[in-house]
Amino acid sequence: MSAIATVDCDVLVVGAGPAGLAAAGAAARAGAGVVVLDDNAGPGGQIWRGAGAGVAAPDARAAAPWLDALEHPRVQPLAGARLFAQPAPGLALAETPAGPLAVRHVRAVLCPGARELFLPFPGWTLPGVAGAGGLSALVKSGTPVAGQRVVVAGSGPLLFAVARELKRHGARVLLIAEQAPRGRVARFAAGLWRWPAKLADALAHRAALAGVPYRTGSWPVEALGGEALAAVRVSDGRRVREIPCDRLACGFGLVPNAEPARLFGCAIAAGGAVATGARQETSVPGVFAAGEAAGIAGLEAALAEGAIAGLAAAGAGEIPAGPRRARERARAFGAAIARAFALRDDLRALARPETVVCRCEDVTRGALADQPGWRAAKLHTRCGMGPCQGRVCGPAAEFLFGWGAESVRPPAFPVRLESLAAAGEVPPGGTEGP
Amino acid sequence: MSGSPSPDALVVGAGIVGAACAWELARAGVRVSVLEAGLPGGGATAAGMGHVVVLDDNEPEFRLAKLSHELWSALAPELPAGAEFTRPGTLWVAADGEELDAAARRAAAYDSRGVAAELLDARQLAEAEPELRDGLAGGLLVRDDAVVYPPCVVPWLLDGARRAGAQVDAGRRVAAIEGRAVRCADGGRREAAWVVLATGAWAPELVPGLPVRRRKGHLVVTDRYPGFVRHQLVELGYLKSAHGTGSESVAFNVQPRPSGQLLVGSSRQLGVDDDAIDHRLLSRMLRRALEYLPGLARRHALRAWTGFRAATPDGQPLIGPWPGHDGLLLATGHEGLGITTAFGTAWLVADMVLGRPSPLPREPYLPARLAGSAP
Repeated sequence: MSAIATVDCDVLVVGAGPAGLAAAGAAARAGAGVVVLDDNAGPGGQIWRGAGAGVAAPDARAAAPWLDALEHPRVQPLAGARLFAQPAPGLALAETPAGPLAVRHVRAVLCPGARELFLPFPGWTLPGVAGAGGLSALVKSGTPVAGQRVVVAGSGPLLFAVARELKRHGARVLLIAEQAPRGRVARFAAGLWRWPAKLADALAHRAALAGVPYRTGSWPVEALGGEALAAVRVSDGRRVREIPCDRLACGFGLVPNAEPARLFGCAIAAGGAVATGARQETSVPGVFAAGEAAGIAGLEAALAEGAIAGLAAAGAGEIPAGPRRARERARAFGAAIARAFALRDDLRALARPETVVCRCEDVTRGALADQPGWRAAKLHTRCGMGPCQGRVCGPAAEFLFGWGAESVRPPAFPVRLESLAAAGEVPPGGTEGP
Repeated sequence: MSGSPSPDALVVGAGIVGAACAWELARAGVRVSVLEAGLPGGGATAAGMGHVVVLDDNEPEFRLAKLSHELWSALAPELPAGAEFTRPGTLWVAADGEELDAAARRAAAYDSRGVAAELLDARQLAEAEPELRDGLAGGLLVRDDAVVYPPCVVPWLLDGARRAGAQVDAGRRVAAIEGRAVRCADGGRREAAWVVLATGAWAPELVPGLPVRRRKGHLVVTDRYPGFVRHQLVELGYLKSAHGTGSESVAFNVQPRPSGQLLVGSSRQLGVDDDAIDHRLLSRMLRRALEYLPGLARRHALRAWTGFRAATPDGQPLIGPWPGHDGLLLATGHEGLGITTAFGTAWLVADMVLGRPSPLPREPYLPARLAGSAP
């Protein structure tokens, strides 16, 4: 019966983005045997997607030293492996192309990253409208955009990175529409000297995007088109402009991927991030979290937190001052971003009663308006009950209606029934109590 | 003004049973208040499969299920679209000759009592459900059995009750039943001629000593696979699992939803109070399903969850007065048949409140039969 493949390790790292890579490297160098699970085809996470595959990504050079962690003899990377259940402490179940895999571990570091917040507005389901990060990932993996007219809209510095990626692949970026007001963005930019690397990034973006209009205090109110996107209407609060375009890339900031931590039973802090302490420990003994899942603060924070979590999970006593200081500086940057790019209330009013909020189950805003909370909405409208498990509509509905997130139960992702059946057939390992 | 005032009733619990009681009572002219601690229809009502099934394991079970099935059928045209009332029929699957013999006996019994049922041989079974594994003996098809999405029936019943004058208080927890009154957790107190207790597996919290135990179940829902199965499929051994008194059992039970999704069950577990997924038992349950439907192995499961059935020692529900508690009427203990028998239960409760005769003998369901038995 238990023909299920099983691996044993000291430290399980979930996610091979910057935080996971840093955690794996730190834990392995401290002597721990490490297994790294990642549900993508290759390591790097969202920000370094494709960097390990020889793709000429702009960040390949920055990523290289961190990707080296996966070459360490004590690190076993497993790509295309998606965590879906934790049947017992010290036992994680993942689905892989070859079938279910059990990972028996002593400690775990959860680094599942973040996803983009996508807010519904009329027309957002038209072909041609996409999440900004999602479109960027598609372009990196070969979707052609050369010669296409693209509008990038939403909020935060990610819009620059996405616009730059699109431009690099030949797209005509007509506009970057930033919803945050000019004053807040200007104050943020004026404070960037405190993070020289970020200032350098910003200047590089600005140089690369020379000639692309950047409008603050502007946001998309409607996507127009019949079969596909034809134009987007952008408002600045006083007037609405209609911009003909082939693609609209939207991102309203990032939300932590807290599902793995919820699956492990970890406490979640206000704002949806996994609650962590000084050693990146969660509320569950032996389970650590690092990177965007533990609070949106960007690449440097992810690297520092990953290193700290990796060391802590490997049993290191003292955490060196270097990563601790780097973490504080990076988190201050994350806080500055959160202040500067806080979402305006106007965005709550974009969706009309007939606008779809949950695409999987075709649930409109009107159907959700009378629901007292998430559970009622799920039960009575099926919002968030489709294959995406509410990953898209969940944060949107929480923003629109102020509902709190629901708990996560296995399977955390849709998995084959045979995988779910296998989850109860592995004897728990966990030789040492954490 | 003359004559006695109409009776009034407090219905505690707004699952499908409480909501049906409130609806039936309010429409009969009773002044009704419904008190629900959480989300109406959010307990076992939301956790179950929503199978409206005429079970025939014994006479009382059959009578209540048959009456209720007729009431469901009469209501079907009025139900909201979200209730998703459909009639895929139940196909009881016989694994071997012995089970097929049992199926033949049940077919004859159904037939003699006016329930459309037909016996299928192995070939007919394979034609009816091509995804079932080879080598099965046949099946028993009960054509009119229905499925429904109960969480959308409950608000509809409560709306109907409100239109008939009922008051519905969702989010108000009852802390104690004090004679012909209840005390709420927020300190408020309500009085009425009758208190109808319909809190399912949680009934003993308000009436200590009630012979009702929590029987935990697991369910899994898949992604959309329209046409994968066409009937509610249940192994004939299910009745043994449902009526057995063992501490743990699983049975093959798969239901096609109108969305094309499949509900995969079932498990039964006594003596477990936490609602976490039990992977060991979930595995047993899914392996059982995969034995019958091997093609399910590669289909995707979206979610798994658990719920608690209200189990009684003799498998019959508790409908009626509880000795020593004037004015209290129980409407609980429906185990896995609460969706099916909600309307029959509501009818009996209304008969008792209004002093009307009932269309079927009440005795098998009267709680007094179990007074003095340990929970």
